[in-house]
Amino acid sequence: MDLTTRYMGLDLENPLVASASPLNADVEYLRRLEDAGAAAVVLPSLFEEQIEAEAARYDHLTSVSAESAPEARSYCAEPAGYSVGPHAYLDLVRRASTALDIPVIASLNGTTDEGWLSYASAIEAAGAKGLELNVYFIPADLSLSGAEVEQRYLDIVRRVRATVSIPIAVKLNPYFSAVGNMARALEGAGADALVLFNRFYQPDIDLGRLELLLDLQLSHPNEIRLPLLWIGLLSGRVQASLAATTGVTTADEVIKYLLVGADVVMTTSALLRHGATHMTLLLRDLEAWLSARQFSSVRQMRGLMSRQRLPEAPAFERANYIKIVQSYHR
Amino acid sequence: MVTTLAEALGRGTRSSLPRVVGGRYGIASKNFTPAMVKAAFDELAKTDGDGRCAARAGFTLGIDDDVSHTSLTVDPTFSIERADVTRAVFYGLGADGTVGANKNTVQIIAEDAGLCAQGYFVYDSHKSGAQTVSHLRFGPDPIKAPYLIADAGFVACHQFGFLARQDVLNVAAHGGVFLLNSPYGPDDVWDQLPRSLQSEIVAKRLRFFVIDASKVARDVGLGARTNTVLQTCFFAISGVLRRAAAIAHIKAAIRKSYGRKGDAVVAKNFAAVDGTLERLFEVAVPAAVTARRDRPAVVPATAPDFVRRVTAPMLAGRGDDLPVSLIPADGTFPSGTSAYEKRNIAAEVPEWREDLCIQCGQCSFVCPHSVIRSRYYHEDRLAAAPASFKSAPVNARGYPDARFTLQFYVEDCTGCGLCVEACPAVSPREPGVRAINMAAKEPLLAGERSNLAFFETLPVNDRARVDFANVRGVQFLEPLFEFSGACAGCGETPYLKLLSQLFGDRAQIANATGCSSIYGANLPVTPWTKDREGRGPAWSNSLFEDNAEFGLGFRLAADQHLELARTLLRGLAPVVGSELVERILAAPQIHESEIRAQRIRVAELKTRLLNEDSETARALLSVVDHLVRRSIWIVGGDGWAYDIGYGGLDHVLASGRDVNVLVLDTEVYSNTGGQASKATPLGAVAKFASAGKRVARKDLALQAIAYGNVYVAQVAMGANPQHTLDAFREAEAYPGTSLILAYSQCIAHGIDMRFGMKQQDLAVASGYWPLLRYDPAMRSIGENPFRLDSPRPTIPFKDYAYNEIRYSALAGVRPEEAATLLVRAQAAVTEKYRQYEDLAALDGSRFQPGVHRLGEPAYLKSSARIAWT
Repeated sequence: MDLTTRYMGLDLENPLVASASPLNADVEYLRRLEDAGAAAVVLPSLFEEQIEAEAARYDHLTSVSAESAPEARSYCAEPAGYSVGPHAYLDLVRRASTALDIPVIASLNGTTDEGWLSYASAIEAAGAKGLELNVYFIPADLSLSGAEVEQRYLDIVRRVRATVSIPIAVKLNPYFSAVGNMARALEGAGADALVLFNRFYQPDIDLGRLELLLDLQLSHPNEIRLPLLWIGLLSGRVQASLAATTGVTTADEVIKYLLVGADVVMTTSALLRHGATHMTLLLRDLEAWLSARQFSSVRQMRGLMSRQRLPEAPAFERANYIKIVQSYHR
Repeated sequence: MVTTLAEALGRGTRSSLPRVVGGRYGIASKNFTPAMVKAAFDELAKTDGDGRCAARAGFTLGIDDDVSHTSLTVDPTFSIERADVTRAVFYGLGADGTVGANKNTVQIIAEDAGLCAQGYFVYDSHKSGAQTVSHLRFGPDPIKAPYLIADAGFVACHQFGFLARQDVLNVAAHGGVFLLNSPYGPDDVWDQLPRSLQSEIVAKRLRFFVIDASKVARDVGLGARTNTVLQTCFFAISGVLRRAAAIAHIKAAIRKSYGRKGDAVVAKNFAAVDGTLERLFEVAVPAAVTARRDRPAVVPATAPDFVRRVTAPMLAGRGDDLPVSLIPADGTFPSGTSAYEKRNIAAEVPEWREDLCIQCGQCSFVCPHSVIRSRYYHEDRLAAAPASFKSAPVNARGYPDARFTLQFYVEDCTGCGLCVEACPAVSPREPGVRAINMAAKEPLLAGERSNLAFFETLPVNDRARVDFANVRGVQFLEPLFEFSGACAGCGETPYLKLLSQLFGDRAQIANATGCSSIYGANLPVTPWTKDREGRGPAWSNSLFEDNAEFGLGFRLAADQHLELARTLLRGLAPVVGSELVERILAAPQIHESEIRAQRIRVAELKTRLLNEDSETARALLSVVDHLVRRSIWIVGGDGWAYDIGYGGLDHVLASGRDVNVLVLDTEVYSNTGGQASKATPLGAVAKFASAGKRVARKDLALQAIAYGNVYVAQVAMGANPQHTLDAFREAEAYPGTSLILAYSQCIAHGIDMRFGMKQQDLAVASGYWPLLRYDPAMRSIGENPFRLDSPRPTIPFKDYAYNEIRYSALAGVRPEEAATLLVRAQAAVTEKYRQYEDLAALDGSRFQPGVHRLGEPAYLKSSARIAWT
């Protein structure tokens, strides 16, 4: 069975990619993912804001009571050679790239122009095969227009594109007025791939303590419909590779995403729930499904149910909506 | 031999030899100036009628000796300072970075400007809010001036608050410059100055500059660190270097100092430099003084005589002016003087919401500076309360007419926030609001002063009516350790406060050198204090290495005095009454109530003895207080207990004597800046272990347990305050040697100290710091003496450790090594917990029989001694 695919210019053994998760910061775990069949891994995001916050915290805590007493110039010991910065992350990129045969894709979330560019360059120099731009941005400023938000995304992609030569992917959120148009614009700005979609962490409330809860909720299969819709709409209509993420629990979701045209399917929640070896099950079940329908490769089935390939294309659009609503009332 | 010869010459017995005149100077680091040298030479030049040297032998310089009258007269105006030397004095706080900036300045001027430079830095001994005074000289030739600057051409005061307490301009030279960090601008600042300061500015014709450096620093995100701002001002005003060159040098120094802390920190400091000069203003000094008010008194007029005459001048920075006659002859300083310091170092202080409070006492239990006090009282007393005074009904049964008040000593608070984090009471209607919340101090200050004045008129709650077997009750016990100079959020001092609350009125404390000896006796004040009856801990610091022996000596002396008292008492039975004597001799003294009863008996005995005119009665009176059981405590940090004083500690643990050892375990030598001790855990970075410690910490608890008859407890009040309270009471009641290992968070760990108690909780939850007690008394009744008091680990070691820079920073520089150490550290934690679990599961007979020292005093043979059951 030929499971190979091509994603952001990288040839992959199969379409399963382990998306960014905290566990991916452990090279041993990444090795296990590779052994279990992952075709590529995305490292957890390097957050510029976090680096800045850590720098400020480190500065504050190591300066407490410094130069205040004759007995001691400072109190908090610092390891020799320590300097604040993304060193640990870059080291992870280096170690993962050396240890794995599959491509290692880094992920970056910047807050300043300088941060996006300098960290992107450093990540490329550290050996990442690709870079995912995790533009996690909530436009809480009510004076920002949609056009300004879009421009922010495009500026970031354009600048990073001009700075690095490795392929770049953009992790999108689904809240643009015209996702398709935005996808095309991002492609024009230099994105080699689009990852649909980023999940914004949304707060809950602890009613007992009247506190906001910022806990992480893992995704569920019923969340695949929005990315499924947009990948189906974009497949074949943009040149950039398409990655599906969110809600992948079993091979069913993998197959569905591939059917609407995803080049790769990413999963984190299932791996967090079931461990790295779950990747093997996904792959086995994908293969079984393909064999049962006598497909000899992933390419044969990919995009079969995209808007472009379906005989009734409007099913993806308003007609689909009407159908769903009607079926619900029945 | 030299001394003998000098004395022979000094006496003039060898007229053919030159006469040697000796004197004392520089005693206790006193300044020794050219004017004093001149005074010595002037003295040598004195002759008698026959032309022979008439200089006074044994003179004193630098101290006003009004007892032996040996001081020489010194001309304060005499100076040999060169005109081509720039002299500058800077008053700052440790926290504002003044010293660090001045060290950079010295380096810039010496290395880059080709001048010769000298820097000397004077510190007070507070761990929080410490004042620093920097003395800097710059000139074209090497500077040989090993004395403080008395006539500075540039004086900078980096904290406006200093003006109210001390005269910062007494070192200013005529025609010099005064730079003030001021919240008031050039048009308003003059009216805010005390009269004497205005007078000095006018009289010395000083040029006067102001900048709101605190605002500049805040605006660029540097918080309280005003150092780069004020350093820039110094260079701009002083003209030591050309302005542009100076700024370039300052920025280079910033990059050097802060480069490893990241570009953002460097950028903030650059922004501070760039934003400085446009906010630096010269004040148009009026021709005459206009202020009507001068500095307020340093201490209130109601303060004790010693505090007004000795402590207050020292607080005002005039300690060197005190004459010998005012200094206690035996070196004993009165206790309870920190209450007069009112350092006002916190911008934010806790504020009480009486409607939300559940009166649990957790806040006052964890407060490191004893600034939270609780009292309950009859509601009628509120008739005299100021309108702003807060109270709530006592929320316990049996107090129908009683009110409860939680009062904060806001002027003594360091603003650490531990109390807020400890508060379990949250508002059901207001998000984020608890029964204690931090609030800006300034708007509260006046009201809190009058509230406090009223609160102090309320009677201290009677110990006999307080159940201090639980944390809630402890809040009503008067702390006899208060307002120390320890760090904000210190993890050690809450334990000392607890000790003082429970046993302070009869405690003798031997304190090893370390943080606790520094904040325990912050000259000129001491935080150890006494209760309303005049009783409080007697405290002393011997050395680092002999503290255990020093404290054991307290026990031996107390036992000797006790035996003497008992012998004399028996002999006086026919005189003072045999019934009273028998009751005193047979009295059990373990429980608080028993000790209270004994105090009453001894008071009665004293009354009877005072009516007896005999040597024996007088002899007994001199030792009679020993008939009330002393509580002997040996206190120190891990540097003392695990390392430097360990031999002595081991000796004391093996002695079986009734002493209580409290180890304030910060796992490093905190006082000297965080060097590794044998208590430093595996994987943690410390000085002398900059690559992370490679061996696990010494298990002092198990070592002590090995003796079989030592009471041992390992506690962490942030994890379980009730366990800490129980352990302290059991240890003190145990009639033998006791050892308490108390987890203490420290700034050397690299944590936000506001969350120090939560970090203690995580230490226990991870299994790193299991709570345990080993009670030999349990063995003597056949039970297992070892109790593991904390549950199995619920979080991995990393979730505790990586909150602290001492662990996490290593991962930033050597991640693989850090990962390896983390795995080993986790394994060590897991194995240690299993070992403890195994011990806790053993049958009691598997432990050493607990054998007490033979011939123990009768008071320990009480049937009621089992306070721990």
